[in-house]
Amino acid sequence: MNTTSTFNLDSEDIPFTPGQTIMQAATAHGTYIPHLCWHPDFSAHGSCKLCTVKVNGRFGSSCTIEAQPGMEVENRTTELDDKRRTLVQMLFVEGNHFCPSCEKSGNCALQATAYELNMMSPHFDMFYPDRPVDASHPDILLDFNRCIMCALCVAASRDVDGKNIFSMGGRGLLGRRVHISSESGKLGDTDFAVTDRAASICPVGVIVPKRKGFAVPIGQRTYDLAPISKQVKETMP
Amino acid sequence: MSFELETAATSEKLRRVAIDPVSRVEGHGKVTILLDEDNKVHQVRLHIVEFRGFEKFIQGRPYWEVPVMVQRLCGICPVSHHLASSKAMDMMLGVKQLTPTAEKIRRLMHYGQILQSHALHFFHLSSPDLLFGFGSDVAARNIVGIVAAHPEIARKGVLLRKYGQEVIRMTAGKRVHGTGSIPGGVNKSLAPDERAELIKDIYQMVAWSRDAVGMIRQLFEQNLVEYNAFGRFPSAGMSLVRADGAMDLYHGGLRARDADGHRLFDHFNYERYWEVIGEDVKPWSYMKFPFFKSLGPDDGSYRVGPLTRVTQCDSIPTPLADKEREEFVAFDGGSVAGATLGYHWARMIEMLHAAENIKDLLHDDDIIGDDLIATGERQGRGVGVIEAPRGTLIHHYRVDENDLVIRANLIVSTTHNNQAMNTAVREVAKRYLNGREITEGLLNHIEVAIRAFDPCLSCATHALGQMPLEVAIVGADGTVIDEATRDHRGLTREIP
Repeated sequence: MNTTSTFNLDSEDIPFTPGQTIMQAATAHGTYIPHLCWHPDFSAHGSCKLCTVKVNGRFGSSCTIEAQPGMEVENRTTELDDKRRTLVQMLFVEGNHFCPSCEKSGNCALQATAYELNMMSPHFDMFYPDRPVDASHPDILLDFNRCIMCALCVAASRDVDGKNIFSMGGRGLLGRRVHISSESGKLGDTDFAVTDRAASICPVGVIVPKRKGFAVPIGQRTYDLAPISKQVKETMP
Repeated sequence: MSFELETAATSEKLRRVAIDPVSRVEGHGKVTILLDEDNKVHQVRLHIVEFRGFEKFIQGRPYWEVPVMVQRLCGICPVSHHLASSKAMDMMLGVKQLTPTAEKIRRLMHYGQILQSHALHFFHLSSPDLLFGFGSDVAARNIVGIVAAHPEIARKGVLLRKYGQEVIRMTAGKRVHGTGSIPGGVNKSLAPDERAELIKDIYQMVAWSRDAVGMIRQLFEQNLVEYNAFGRFPSAGMSLVRADGAMDLYHGGLRARDADGHRLFDHFNYERYWEVIGEDVKPWSYMKFPFFKSLGPDDGSYRVGPLTRVTQCDSIPTPLADKEREEFVAFDGGSVAGATLGYHWARMIEMLHAAENIKDLLHDDDIIGDDLIATGERQGRGVGVIEAPRGTLIHHYRVDENDLVIRANLIVSTTHNNQAMNTAVREVAKRYLNGREITEGLLNHIEVAIRAFDPCLSCATHALGQMPLEVAIVGADGTVIDEATRDHRGLTREIP
């Protein structure tokens, strides 16, 4: 296996193996590229566009572009982070993200990414969409107010759990949402289990275990310990 | 029923004077006064102009989120809402007894809250009135003026508050809006280094709290006649007391007296608070008007908070504060115990009590224990009551089988005091404003009466869907085409 090839990412040589994407190679090297819908255990979805980089002067998603020797890749530039901040601001206003009372606060990738990108306000008018809470399952709460449509739950339920409980459906900004594959549309009427991979994949606070909220004190939560850019790992929960 | 000076017989030819906003209180409110051409007072109202609605939007949320969400009612006393809702959820989960570590950490958090809130109110908000005079130069009558004229007093106030905030940070995770208390217990105890850090300064805090009691006592001695009479009126009262009748700001039974001092109920189980307390609404305020059911809405208003707590309890279970309580209730033949400005003195006694309690808890090894959560047999309903800095705070929730809140009722300390505050400002208006040329200094007397209660107006407004309303559709020619009214129970009545 050829491990000597490198590409240049923000003036740093990043080694890669053939077939690796820019995101995979950077992650293996411990270099942070902001992202939300990408997860090392699953094939790239390429939907959140937060991992957009400039490859030889052209914009592209680092989670889907294969690394090539000698590539010149821009990542944490002011231009790109400004665009990323705008994307995150749009995610915040499209959902109902009330960090002050959210149990995922401190462990939330969206919140941590917003901090990383110095987001100080939502900037845009809030949409306040009417999204339901599904509390029908005995062990898991679904709060779709916080959904960012990353579709990681869809992939985890389909590819790992083999249950296909979640799917994306609907059209338009306010119409598109995660659907539950049961006649009632309720999670309680599926065979979803708290031990499923999909139960722990959500990067925000949509899929949360019941009766466990706020058990970890402030100061000991994931992103209290270090910012998201300093916790680059090839394995993620 | 309308109280004296609540509603003028007619508003024609009356001049309206507004204090908007009321300053040096938490939240937003205004006072309106209607005067005739001879400056005779015809109507005085304390209006709460902001609207919160937490009771409504907590519905449909998971119960474990409630203690963190409802504390956002307030930035001054969030710990009180955090703990009252936690206590309600304890009951909902069937937890009858917390672990010793959990209860002591919650108490520590609570006393830190009492300390910082009382220090904030006395030194930052009220000391300018008390030290400079109610009608003194408005340009200096503020905390900046206190810093300039009395730097040592200002410094103590700032550091007392800071210490209380540090207690909260170490028990709840943050100085404001932490997450330490969770249904069934707490999520952290104190680390040994945190304990050592707090012990280092606690003796100074106890000493400064004693000084503060001495200071307000001295002010009363110097201004006894004015302070005793200011905004004075006979009032019923309610507070929690411990099983032995002693003061307990975290837990106990309800004790109440009428305006003549006769006991109405004692050690009443707060889980059935609605059997003794009702809530009335009025069309001109978002804040409800609670009353003792046995006396009815017309005669059943009461007050809560430091003055009631200190004068109703049989003792205070910390020695320095209890000694101060004895001297307070006996002062000038017991007269100060009924004075509106007696709130300030009682508040400082409680601050001393909180400091003494913090000292004792810091020397208790349970606060560094690791048994944090208790469990029980779940039920669908929970009531949590606590003595917040401003008075008795009631949180009541119903939770469905899917863990979601389906109903919430909050009766906040300042809400209990609603009628009492209105009565106090009317008393002051009658005495100081009637027939006189209105000046800023005279209007400040109204605010001084409100500040004595240390109201938190942002906490107290929850009458969503219960405000009496009258709606009329009027044609271009002025004729009424259609109209409807909604009464205080939310029932709509259409008038053909």
